[in-house]
Order: sequence, then structure tokens, then C-alpha cells
Amino acid sequence: MKFKTFAAFVGPSVFMMLLFIAAPLVSVFIQSFQVTQPILQQVEVETCTPGFLTQTCTTEMKTVPVLDENGKTITETRWVGLQSYKNVLQMDKVWEGVSNGSWNDIMQIDFWRALRFTLSFTLLTLPLVIGVGLAIALAVNNATRAIRGPIIFISLLPFIITPVIGSLSIYWLFVGDGILTAMMERWTGTNISMFAQAWTIELLMYFYRVWHVAPFAFVIFYAGLQTVNMDTLESAVIDGASRWERLRHVIVPHLMPLIIFIALIHLMDCYRVFEEIVGFRSQAHVISLQWLTYDFMTPDDAGNRAISRASASAMLTMIGIVFLLILPLRRTWRDHKGSAH
Amino acid sequence: MSTPKAMQQSFALRLSSGTFLAFWCLLAAFPIFWIAIMSFKSPVDAFAASPWAVITGPATRANGDGLSILDIIIGLAVLYFSIRWAFTKLPGLVKTFCPPGLIVLGWVFGAVLYAVAFILVFFGLLPLLLGPINSISGPLGTPVLGLTTEHYVAVWGENEFYRNFLNSMLVTAGVVTVSLTVGTLAGYGLARSGSDLAFWLLILALVFRALPHSVLVAGYLPVFINSSEILRPIFGEGAPTLYGQPWAVIAVLVAINQPFTIWMLRSFFQNIPAELDEAARVDGCSHFQAFRRVIMPVMWPGVITTGLFSFLLGYNDFLVTSLLLDAQNQTMVPAIAGYFNRETTTTDQVEAVAAAVSITAPLFLLVMVFQRQIVSGLTAGAVKG
Repeated sequence: MKFKTFAAFVGPSVFMMLLFIAAPLVSVFIQSFQVTQPILQQVEVETCTPGFLTQTCTTEMKTVPVLDENGKTITETRWVGLQSYKNVLQMDKVWEGVSNGSWNDIMQIDFWRALRFTLSFTLLTLPLVIGVGLAIALAVNNATRAIRGPIIFISLLPFIITPVIGSLSIYWLFVGDGILTAMMERWTGTNISMFAQAWTIELLMYFYRVWHVAPFAFVIFYAGLQTVNMDTLESAVIDGASRWERLRHVIVPHLMPLIIFIALIHLMDCYRVFEEIVGFRSQAHVISLQWLTYDFMTPDDAGNRAISRASASAMLTMIGIVFLLILPLRRTWRDHKGSAH
Repeated sequence: MSTPKAMQQSFALRLSSGTFLAFWCLLAAFPIFWIAIMSFKSPVDAFAASPWAVITGPATRANGDGLSILDIIIGLAVLYFSIRWAFTKLPGLVKTFCPPGLIVLGWVFGAVLYAVAFILVFFGLLPLLLGPINSISGPLGTPVLGLTTEHYVAVWGENEFYRNFLNSMLVTAGVVTVSLTVGTLAGYGLARSGSDLAFWLLILALVFRALPHSVLVAGYLPVFINSSEILRPIFGEGAPTLYGQPWAVIAVLVAINQPFTIWMLRSFFQNIPAELDEAARVDGCSHFQAFRRVIMPVMWPGVITTGLFSFLLGYNDFLVTSLLLDAQNQTMVPAIAGYFNRETTTTDQVEAVAAAVSITAPLFLLVMVFQRQIVSGLTAGAVKG
């Protein structure tokens, strides 16, 4: 294929990606060093209230935004260097917390709180998803052929459901005296409220994510299981390998590329955990990095959006992505160079 | 085919694997079916502490909304026959009445017509018929199961949820069509070109795939809000404000979806033998003619699968649509967040549940119809990595 034809085929797609992914990245990078504020001026205002004999007048200095001829506030954009990053990271408080040896002080700061949750969420759900997915795939592979179709249908439901709705559906089972909370209360005889402290919410979030992603792992492992070499399995049986040894030494190595694939996809998706926070309404207790950026961007009570802080936190989130992708990208690059020779 | 004796499994193993499977199915389906049940009950029943009260709905029944045994039997029979009809007779009807070139349009039309007819019969005709029958049939006709559709009526009627539904459909349809059009061309180009550039484009797409969406939205937001001032030098006075425009959101979602789409379509096109378009090229077609006449007729399975995933992305999105659309153009998923803020009474809560079930129902149908394509799409992505 000539370069010109290739460019014609790929052009529209590349154009869209450059315009809507690469360009925003650059603009976020620039914004994170800038602050846009309305220009304020000090005006002397005389307010008079009617009184007996004479009016009572007071003059005071007020700070008001400067308006242009259309009545809109004029804003100015200044370069502030790393100020927005400092506002997000609050390193001075972190060092204070470190010197006091107090973990809780650091966890008071939104960014570090979000980072802690995002990382533990990503790393804890990863083995669970792979384990549960593999277990379901093995069990379905054991089942009679006739019921496999319906089981796959039911398994796909948690995967396909809108994430916000999925987390809401679990939230409604536990909220207040929802049936599952009521059931646990009957068993334990104590009063339980699942949404009053951080760790119970986090548990529910882990559960939700495993519930949501395990079907994806299951379908892929199930497809992988269909291609396991039966001869190898049989020779393992002849060599006296137990069922567990066969799983460990024949099946898992066969599925290894798929496990790596799922782990990679899962790391990417978990790192941007967001919908759970909305669905479980956990802002007060648990937040994630992507939610932090989202929160800066939603207008506050005065209608202002903290764009520069959002950009700074977005850039800090990006650093994590770089770490996440370095290893797989290095591997792909080596494979590519290897295949070229 | 009989399994060799050494490979046969002990009874205990089969039992435990079967139990595990049953447990997983319960776990997978339970939250979804439970909210579906809750949405049909009055608030007292929906948030009752005992599961049995939620299922039977005594308070709902006390309000006079309930189904008798007769209702349930006849309703289930109608449901069964209408579903069977949809799978056995409907495809034939679509094929006979549809002009050959427009089979997709024919299917869309047929499905919409079927849905309207089903709603009319099930919610319009059936209650009218069953009312008098219940009143004359004694104990069989007394309500035993509390059930009410008032929350759905409130959500879709009073709260005008259909506006959000239409917006969702607009955004989703836009995302699917544009991203497939753009993505098919790119996927084909990437699959047939072995150059280094193609490799780097794919790696770049992989990196873009990993970006959190909020990072991108942080880039769009200031530009979209001020776009009429920024674009004025180019478009003059009519420069649009992109913030709140559905088509701007479509463009954004298409771009976000591109990396995934081109990876997936590339792997599908690689499975189509290159000899096919080479033969067309030998016969004197240009690359585009070969694509249009030879590849397009055989690419539909892959395109449908990829389209399903684009649909899911557009339909399920919360972050982008909630930040870039204003209240009038809001889609369904962010609109449901509006219910939380209002959610003061339990009636509001059950209405939120009903809205959530309304959002889930189309997805449920989607899995029912396209299960095979979804599974093949998931595995195709994995095999090619």
C-alpha cells in the first residue's frame, strides 16, 4: 500500500484522535501552569439609607470585578508556574505529617487520599478478577453443554450494565435498612450501616468492580480453555499429574498471554475508577484520582470551575499512566524489533 | 464423544463446580433483578426489610394495585407467545416486506413497530380485558401480588425522562455511525499496511486508550465554554458555543472510542485474507474500489461487533456527558444523578430505581439479541492482544 492511500484511509481517524485527544493533552499541560481569574478593582461605594432629618451615608471600599462594555466580567490569564500543583499536592502539610509520623494527617489531603484509594483499588481487585474469572471459566467448561449458553447470558449482564447503574443497584441493596443490611443485622444482632464509614464502602466498591469485570475475564479465559492441547493434558494424566498439578502446569501456562492481557486492560480501567464514587455517593469518605479532577471541574456554588487545579491534578494522574504503560510498551517494542530482524 | 476414564471427574468435584456456578449466576443476576422488582412496588414495600415483603408487596396491594392469579397466568402466556413470535415469525416478515438493499433499516423499523405493538397490547389492551374477567372470576380474580407501574408513569411522563432518552439515542446513534465510518477505514488501512508508521499509530492508540477521560475533559471544557469567542474570527457572528451541543459530545466520544475501534477492526480485517482484495486489485480496482466492492460485503460481522461496543461506550458514558452537556440536552445516565440530589422522599428513591431499570432494559435486550457477537468481540480483542 502506498503512503498516500494509507494516509487517506487512516487520515480521518488520526485527525480525530489528534484533535480530540492529543490537542487537549497539550492544552491541559499549558493550563496547569496558568490561572484565569476575573480582574478585580477596588471601588469606593457610598450607600445611603433614609434616616430622620438627614440620610445616613456610609462609604466603604468594595472589591468588584471589572466589566467590559457588554457587562461581562473581564478575565485575565496569568502564568503561575507550579502554584496549581502546589495547591493540589500541599507538600508542606505532607512533610508536616511525615515528620509527625501521622498517616491520618496526610490522608486529610484530597489528592493523597484519592491516590491511596486508586492504588489499593487497582492492586487489590486485580488478583480477585483474574481468580474469579478463571474459576467461572473452569466451572462452565465442566458444565453440560446445554446450560452453557444461558450461563454466559447471565454472566454478561453485570459486564454490560451501565457502571453507574450497576453500582447503584448494589447501593440500593445495602442503603439504610436495605434487604442485605437487614439480613446481616439479623445474623449479627448489631446495628449496621454500610455507608457511614470508609472501609465498608470500599469493600462494597471492590465487590462491585469484581462483579463487573469478572465476566470479561471469564469469557476470555473460557475461549482460551477451548484451545488447550488435549494431548498435553492426557500425557500429564499418564504421568500421574493430579487435577491441581494439571491446572498449574498445563492450563495456566497455556492461558498466560490471556492473563497478561486481562491484567493490562484491568490496570488501565481500574486506574480511572470513577463511576463507583458517583454510584455509591462516597465523596465524603472515599474519592479517586479521576473523581478529584471531575470535582474540580464541576461548578461550585458560585458557578466557578477550578480549571487550573483540575489540569494540575489531571497531569499528576497522567504520571501514573506513564508508570503503568512503561513495561508493556517496552515489551511490545522489543517484540516489534525482534520481528523486524 | 466420551471422556477417557482418567479424565472423568469425581462426584464431589462436579457437585462443587456446579454449586459454584449456581452461586455465581445468582450473584450476577440478583442485583439487577432485584432493582427490577423494587421498581414495581410502592415505596414502603420497595425498601421493606424482609425480602418476602418486597416480592409480594402487601402495601402496594393494599393501595389497590395488584395482580390476581389469573392476571399472572394470562400475562405470562402473552409474554411467552409474543417472545416466541418475535424469534420465529418476525425475521420472515422483515425479509418479505423489506426491499433487498435496506435490510438493516427494515430490522430497525420492524423492531420499533414490534415494541410499540407489544406495549399497546401488554399495557393497554390486556388490563382492559382482564378488569372485567377478574371481577367475575371470584377467588382467582383477587389480587395476590402487589404491582404498580406508577413510578414508570411518573418518571417517563411527569419528569419527562423521554427527553433524556431521545438525547441518549441521538448521542449513541451519532457515536456508533461516525466511529464505525472513521474506524473501518482506519482499521482496514492499518491491517493492510505493514509499515512502521502503522505500528507506531497502533502504539499511540494504545497509549490514548489508557488516558483517564477526565484528563481530556479538562482540556475541552474551557475551550468549549468560550468557543464562540475563539471561533469568531473564523466563522463570524454565527460561531457556535460547543458547550451543551450534542454533536460536540458525539465528536468527543468518537475520538475517545477510536483507539479501541481501530484495534478491534484491524484484527477483524487481518482475518479477511489479503488475497481477496489483491485479486480485485489485479482486476484493475483501486484500493478504495477494492474496499468498497470486495471487503465491504464481507466485513459486517466485525463491524456489528465493534458497533456494539461503541454503542455501550456512548450509552454508558457518565463523565463526558455530565460535564459537557447542559440540563436541556442531558442524556439518561447523568440525568439519573439529578435524582440523587432531589432524592428526599422514598417515592423519589423508587422513581430513581424505575429510571435505572429503564436505562438497563435496552441493554438487557441487547445481550439477548447479540450475545454471540459480544462474546466474539471480547475474545477477538484478546487473541490479537
